[in-house]
Amino acid sequence: MATVGVDALVELQGVALGYEGVVALRDVDVSIAPGELIGIVGPSGCGKTTLLRSLLGEPELYAGTAQVADNTRVGYVPQVETVDWNFPITVEQVAMLGSWRTRRWLPWTSRAERSRARVVLSQLGIADLADRPIRALSGGQQQRTFLARALIRSPDLLLLDEPTSGVDIKTRHEILHQLAGLNTAGVTVVLTTHDLNGVASHLPRLIALGEQTVLADGPPSEVLQPDILERAYGQPMLVVQSGHETYVLPIPEEAPGAHGDVLPPPEVVNVIGRPDSDSDSDSTSDHA
Amino acid sequence: MLEPFEFGFMQRAMIAATLVGGVTAAVGVFVILRRLAYIGHGLAHSIFGGAVVSFTIGFNFFLGASLWGAFSVFLINQAARRRQIGGDAAIGIITTAAFAIGIAVISRARSFTRDFEAALFGEILGITNQDLYVTAGMVLLIAIVMFLLWKPLVFITFDQDVATSYGISVRWVEAIFSLALAATVVAALQVLGVTLIAAALVIPPVVARLLTDSFPRLFVIAVVIGALTGFLGVYVSWFVDVSSGATVVLVQSAVFALTLGWGVLESRRGFSAARRAERLAGLERSLND
Repeated sequence: MATVGVDALVELQGVALGYEGVVALRDVDVSIAPGELIGIVGPSGCGKTTLLRSLLGEPELYAGTAQVADNTRVGYVPQVETVDWNFPITVEQVAMLGSWRTRRWLPWTSRAERSRARVVLSQLGIADLADRPIRALSGGQQQRTFLARALIRSPDLLLLDEPTSGVDIKTRHEILHQLAGLNTAGVTVVLTTHDLNGVASHLPRLIALGEQTVLADGPPSEVLQPDILERAYGQPMLVVQSGHETYVLPIPEEAPGAHGDVLPPPEVVNVIGRPDSDSDSDSTSDHA
Repeated sequence: MLEPFEFGFMQRAMIAATLVGGVTAAVGVFVILRRLAYIGHGLAHSIFGGAVVSFTIGFNFFLGASLWGAFSVFLINQAARRRQIGGDAAIGIITTAAFAIGIAVISRARSFTRDFEAALFGEILGITNQDLYVTAGMVLLIAIVMFLLWKPLVFITFDQDVATSYGISVRWVEAIFSLALAATVVAALQVLGVTLIAAALVIPPVVARLLTDSFPRLFVIAVVIGALTGFLGVYVSWFVDVSSGATVVLVQSAVFALTLGWGVLESRRGFSAARRAERLAGLERSLND
């Protein structure tokens, strides 16, 4: 990947990418400014990870130009499936792998490195797990450990591949909250996600992939549109907008909304177990 | 009890076995964690071919076998990159072909049979001072390589897919490690012989893996077990009058069996303790009710 000084942190122009001569994505034009928080969405196998890893300069570049601003420190959090879970390693040791270049020719780590690791683990709320083997942790804790490995490098650009995959709702919320906090602190965050409702619809900018290219790029209200989603997923989608919230549901061909409509929110909403639901006098509440 | 220490050849043998036991275990830790036990076994056979050819043409054994091993590693890496072949098939083809070359050369030059038996089964008691110095030099070199490569090796062993993203040249680290593995096999050839090297690469790290969940501790335990069993194997072989290489591996196997047995007993004991605690808690609950 070429390195130039540009206003954007990353600039991909007319890019075609792939592995071993097979093109996975083509005609990709994406510009990422410092401080953005971006989600990449699309069906399995559409090239989300390829696009994400193109920001690391990994896939083969067959056409176009890919540029990243000078001296950009990149942190990468992979899908947790890629690691060898049989490897005997603790949470702190995983975090410190991120700083392997510090004293790279020495097998041991310095006190300063260990302190830095503890600080990052504390920020992520897993300092008390520092000496635990990583395979003994829950999915969310493992995800945070890999986030610590990326953060220990103090990255300008943080790339995350499916960071909320396989975690419960509470953990998903906590991870997103932490990413939002990092973004507020100035870290540019790019993540891939399958979760259109729980994750993508809450991000300020989405890039939708499908048909081996970028189908849409913009705020969720523009990207999560039935026609774009149908092209991406090959299936009609029901899109419900309620205030600032957008919800996407796959629907059968014959159902209402299957022909590209954006539906208003339903008039009657069942609110179950909401603490202040007394005020929702017009809803058919079912208190737990 | 001290009788073996009175003889120079036994002293040299015990020193060599200790050094080789330690270094095979050190390299073996990464071999088992990277699931490369098959390549260790294959390389031992491949290097046998190099050793035979070196003997036959009067070339330096260590240099010839090392070059042969390095060339085998290069060929394996090249072949394994082709998707249609795959790593295990590449190892199978290249190492057995290299081994077959050795067998073919033996069949043409029968006067060397004894030397070849030494390469196959090890002949540690025949180690000269010069052999010992060369072995010590190789062990030192391998130790230095492992020391310098430690962090990238740990990274790619744990999470190879991501290592490149963190600036590690996986291809280079793998190539250098493969050469270190080939050098380890060469260093161990005279002590253990082709047929037993794979066991020495695998058993001490596996024993250590049974004992700890911490990687640094695993490494230290494996090296200590490898070195101690190497020494003990040669020492015991004096009294039982059995081939030293075989005794080393048998001692390692005994340590493995004991560790495994102890682990099974411990887990049963833990299970029984948990059941007892459960019963007591149940009894207490029923009394309270």
